[in-house]
Amino acid sequence: MTDGAAETRITDLLRSWREPVLDRWVELAFDAVGGRVTERELRTELSELYELVERAFGDDGAAMGELRATLAELSRGRARNGFSPSETAVGVFALKQALYERIRTTRDQRAYNDLIDFTSFVDELGLATFETYAATREQVIADQSEQLLELSTPVVKLWDGILGVPLVGTLDSARTQVVMETLLEALVDTGSRFAVIDITGVAAVDTEVAQHLMKTVMAARLMGTQCVISGIRPQIAQTIVTLGIEFGDIATKATLADALKYALDRSGVRVTGGPED
Amino acid sequence: MERVPILKIGDVLLVSIQVDLQDQTVLALQEDLADRIVRTGAHGVIIDITAVDIVDSFIGRTFATIASMSRLMDSETVVVGMRPAVAITLVELGLSLGGVRTALDLEEGMRLLGAGAPGARAPAADHS
Amino acid sequence: MTAPPGDEVPIASNDDVVRVRQLVRTAAAAAGLSLVDQTKLVTAASELARNTYAHGGGGTMRVERATGEEGRPGVRIVFADAGPGIADVEQALSEGWSSGTGLGLGLSGARRLSDEFDLRSEAGKGTTVTVAKWAR
Repeated sequence: MTDGAAETRITDLLRSWREPVLDRWVELAFDAVGGRVTERELRTELSELYELVERAFGDDGAAMGELRATLAELSRGRARNGFSPSETAVGVFALKQALYERIRTTRDQRAYNDLIDFTSFVDELGLATFETYAATREQVIADQSEQLLELSTPVVKLWDGILGVPLVGTLDSARTQVVMETLLEALVDTGSRFAVIDITGVAAVDTEVAQHLMKTVMAARLMGTQCVISGIRPQIAQTIVTLGIEFGDIATKATLADALKYALDRSGVRVTGGPED
Repeated sequence: MERVPILKIGDVLLVSIQVDLQDQTVLALQEDLADRIVRTGAHGVIIDITAVDIVDSFIGRTFATIASMSRLMDSETVVVGMRPAVAITLVELGLSLGGVRTALDLEEGMRLLGAGAPGARAPAADHS
Repeated sequence: MTAPPGDEVPIASNDDVVRVRQLVRTAAAAAGLSLVDQTKLVTAASELARNTYAHGGGGTMRVERATGEEGRPGVRIVFADAGPGIADVEQALSEGWSSGTGLGLGLSGARRLSDEFDLRSEAGKGTTVTVAKWAR
């Protein structure tokens, strides 16, 4: 670590120059956020940070924890409101400049030297906002994909006692699992004996997804219901064969219409009057 | 140890499991059913597990044993009302209950055995 | 009747196997596991409790709240017995293997149903199995 004297001197300077340095910091940070936060809000946030920096740099352990938490909170808020990570970090880095400009006017050589320690301290804080920022964005993305997941797995009624699940897009393991559970619950809730899983709109199927589909069909069978998989496109059929996945005696049909007809036949409903009849 | 009661409706034996299944209870049920099938000459057995929240390998395997055993005595076994979570778990466990017929609910199970709802006439096997 | 999570309960009878299921169900629900995941964990616990009783000659179970990867909440369960131990762990874990009492899927099944599985066994000294499952 640094020698305690430097920390004491910088802490003293921060305390005695509180007003002018804070003013300058707010001014610089305000430029960085481009008017999307009012100067008043910014001043409130930064004076809180200023006080914590002052105490934390003076080796106050509790203040350090509080400083990190406050900074993380600030950074999270910025991330959610669509600020870029550099806008957030520059606001923190600006404290260095504010203090540096002030020290320069005094021409105090010792204070200059001490400033180096303080600079790396502030750099660390700035980098911490980057990390929080990234984590928050990831969370936002995760939340969105989960919402999308719920949206994109509708279970629809095709006929009395026949449900349909049209799957569209990319099937990953997590989504397939959600589909599986939603579908089986729906079979019980509606008292349906048949389900058609249509994968016409699915881009690709890997081993794990194919296995999830098979497990769905097997679980449905244990519940006394039957699943038919329709819309297996040539590429997907090829993948399934190449991967060596055994679809066994699972009913598969080329189109959703074929699958529906199969389920209708099986449930004793007769379709009449068709053009090919 | 609790014993699971066995009801008789027409020529179908109905078992509705409402208790936490202990191993001894499951084994006792297997014996009691064998006994009742012989005594009543029942042609079907329905095991309703709507209220059962877990089926592990022992319970699952006993159901399979009951099914094969009753088939030897010319009686068809249908397990009805398995919950989705239980079904998913059994598949993950690697138990497919081969040889056990299943149905969504009691009514469906009765229909499968050609018994229909109590009091109703059995439907014709073929529509044509 | 119910012990608070983290307590040890004995497994000395078939009734205790049922009690293990109930305790694990309560802990899994409290940890926020989905219904399917609760069912998987309770089923795994049921298999292991039966092994502890039938093969280990009885033992104990401890269930506790735990935190998995990325801070996901979950449940960890430890089964311990001082029985004969498992001579060939690899074989015991291979699918469908049975020790003669029709419990072939017990260990391998419990492993497939959990997110974390650890088995330690020493011939003549006993067996400890730890399983855990995390909320999705």
